[in-house]
Parts: sequence; structure tokens; C-alpha cells
Amino acid sequence: MEGSYQLAVPRHSALVRLTHWITAISTFALIVSGIAILLAHPRLYWGETGALGTPSLIDLPIPFMLGHSGWGRYLHFLAAWVSVLIGVLYVSHGLVTRHFRRRLLPSTADLMWDNLGGVMADHLHLRRCHLRESASYNTLQQLAYLFVVFALFPLIILSGLAFSPAIASVIPELVNAFAGQQSARTIHFFAGAALVFFLIGHIGMVALAGFKRRVGEMITGGCADWKEPS
Amino acid sequence: MKKVLTRRKLITSGIAGLAGASSLAGVVQVADRYGLIPPDHGGLYGIGETLTYASQRLLVGRHALAREFSRRDISKVVPVNGPPPRQDAYQRLLANNFRDWRLTIDGLVARPSAFSLAALQGFPSSTQITHQACEEGWSFIAEWTGVPLSYVLDLVGVDPRARYVVFFPFDNFWESIDMADALHPQTYLAYGMNGQDIPTPHGAPVRLRVARQLGYKSIKYLSRVTVTDSVKDIGKGLGGINPEYGYSWWAGI
Repeated sequence: MEGSYQLAVPRHSALVRLTHWITAISTFALIVSGIAILLAHPRLYWGETGALGTPSLIDLPIPFMLGHSGWGRYLHFLAAWVSVLIGVLYVSHGLVTRHFRRRLLPSTADLMWDNLGGVMADHLHLRRCHLRESASYNTLQQLAYLFVVFALFPLIILSGLAFSPAIASVIPELVNAFAGQQSARTIHFFAGAALVFFLIGHIGMVALAGFKRRVGEMITGGCADWKEPS
Repeated sequence: MKKVLTRRKLITSGIAGLAGASSLAGVVQVADRYGLIPPDHGGLYGIGETLTYASQRLLVGRHALAREFSRRDISKVVPVNGPPPRQDAYQRLLANNFRDWRLTIDGLVARPSAFSLAALQGFPSSTQITHQACEEGWSFIAEWTGVPLSYVLDLVGVDPRARYVVFFPFDNFWESIDMADALHPQTYLAYGMNGQDIPTPHGAPVRLRVARQLGYKSIKYLSRVTVTDSVKDIGKGLGGINPEYGYSWWAGI
């Protein structure tokens, strides 16, 4: 029975698939270029200022390496523009088509401990979900995606803007909200690191759920073997 | 029938494509007229640079002021990248305490001039306590004293065609800023730092101070300032030595 289950509608809409893969590429570019920029000064501070010779918050255990922040910054901003524009398209599409409400917003019952505990236990035991259930997102998945889309990405964008000297001149409140330009840089780093951890979990889960099939569904929409009922 | 439809489709999509291309060209032309295209707009990275520069120019405008701090916020540690110019011309002026130093201002100006340090110090001075970040990631707050560049540009009479002001120091660095930053009240020809003459490693006798961009735009050890309508013929035409080394011309980031 399980094997014969087929989806009547695409598992992922064309716009979700397109924006997913463009975001995947631009996020990869942001991580690589972000590391290139960070290597010029892998020290993090709290407050407005910080430099060699002043106390740091954290000295990252990576070497100082000059000369990569130029192309790093060019690539970082190109990829940031792609991510932001595609993100705006994805979020407005998700709101208009009620994608978030229908597929990503957990119901009150889903958020009860009975369900949450069960989903967590499934994850901890690396239990694969049934194919039929796999047509929708489980509660932990929903919460993780909502957190990344509506909390982590906005935090990364805002903290990044806060240490732009030009933006700081127009919206000083943004810098104050992050407790200074160096604090904004530190928060930008940790939010980016959180995104990397999410990606490790995300790709790990895809691998556990069947890498080929899941990645295939994100490319074709998931109705490749769908047959018209005769 | 099928053929006609295909042809019609071809023609309509051709017209749509042409309209799209010409409207894009139109947008680029208008954007360039309003100073929204940076000199390093070429290539794939140039798309990101242009979007950043254009959107920040529209958002930041001419008048937004960089945040100012109080004296107790001034950083005790101010690192320096690179030594002062080794060129003989600079070393001789330094040995003579810059008495013979002159700042040449030429290009698209009504009255090309050369100002001594005393002359610049005689103009109405301004002071700012602002944050400066190095592109590497470190930063400091310092007090700068100088004459607003706009005052000096008014004095020499800038031609309405002017679009960039280019700064040449005694070493081989050079940079340019657009007129919005050149005329900005926090853009100084600075001769004082934290209440003293600018120390030699920080750009004596006079350096540029651009408060709304990264530190590498605030060129030290100034020798000559040129007003121009295009930076295409200077160096590689990218508007500064930093873009030639792979660093953005627009450093408002």
C-alpha cells in the first residue's frame, strides 16, 4: 500500500522549488564569502568599536588571512541581493497563496506536548516517517522552517545592515538596537553560524529520509511518477 | 494554422524582448544621469555593486549624517595599516614640518588653486567625533578637525558638470568620491585628530575624512585633488586603486 501512494498535486510548487534552489546557491555563496571576509580579522567584539590591542569578546581559532575580503565582499553583496530579492518573492508568494498558513503553520493540536514529544522521539530515534505522512511537513520541520524564514534571515539581514556606515547614518536606531556596530558584526556572525547549523541538520534529515528521492522531489515537484487515473 | 501561430508568437515575444532590452537600457541611462551607477559596475559583481550603490544613494541621500559620539567614546587604540609614503617628495616636506606643503586643486574648477597648510587651517573649521571601520572588520572612534571639503570646493568654483572628486596622495594610492559625498558636511580635509595635528602615520599633514564610508576611502597624505566628470581615464577607470585591487569603489557598504 505504502509503495503505491502517489501524490496528486506536486509536493512542492514550481515557485517554491525555483526559490529553494536559487536560495541554496546564494546562501552557499554567502557562507563562502562570509568566511573570506571574516578571515581578515577573525576577532569579535561587543559595543561600537574594537581592534587589535583592545579586549575582544571572542578570538576565533582561525588564522588572520588578508587579501580575501575584496572578492569576498563583492560576492557577499551580489549573493545578498539575490537572497533578499528571491526571499521577498518567496515570502510574498507564500503569503498570497496561503502556503505558510496551509503548510507551515502548526495547528494548536500539533503544538501540544503529546504530538511534539512523539515527533521529537521519532527524530531522536532517526525513525523514518511513513510515505503518506511525508506529503506534509512534520511539526519540528514546520517550526524550523518558520524560524529560519521569519527570524534567522531577517536577523542576518538587519544585523548586516547595522554595520554599514551609510545605513547607520540614516537608521541609527538599527545600530543602537544591536548595541553598536561591532556588536552587530558579532550577532551577524552568530546568526550566520546558526544558519550553517540549520543547513547541516536540514541536509542530514534529507539524507536520512532518502536523499535521491527528496532532492528529486525538490527538483521535479514530486509528481514525476504520477499517473492520470484511468 | 500552426505555422501562423508560431510566427505570431515569435513576433510578439521578439517585440516583448526588444521592449524589455530597451527599457533596461533606458533605466540604465536614467540611473547613470542621476549618479546611481558606480565606476566599477562591470562584470557579474558589478550588478551587486550597482544595486547596493543605487539603493543606498536613494535611501541615504545627501544629508543623512553619520552618528557623532562624545569625547569619552574616543578610542585609545587606533591601529594603522601601512607606513607613511617613502617618496622623497613626502619625506622632504615631513622633515620641514610641511611648511612647503601645498594641496593642489584642479580639474573642473573655475579657479585652480594650491593651498598651504596654514591657509587650510585659516578657513572655518569643523569637528566631528565619528566611527571609522576598516574593511577588515576592526574599528575605532576618533575626533577629526578640518575644513569641510564643500567649503574649499565653493572657493575654487566647481563646474556644474562635475561628478567626482579624485584624491591623490604622495604614495600610489588614489580614490574618488561622488559629489553627494564631496559636498556632505562631514566630508573634511582633516588636519587635526583627537585635538592635535594629525600624527604622521594617520595621514599628516592633511587627509580626507569621509564619514559614511569604510576607512580606505579616507585617503591619507593628500597632495592633489581633481574635480572631474568621469574617472574613466584615471588608472584602470574604476574610480580608485582599491577597485583595481578588488575592493569595492562604493564603501558605504
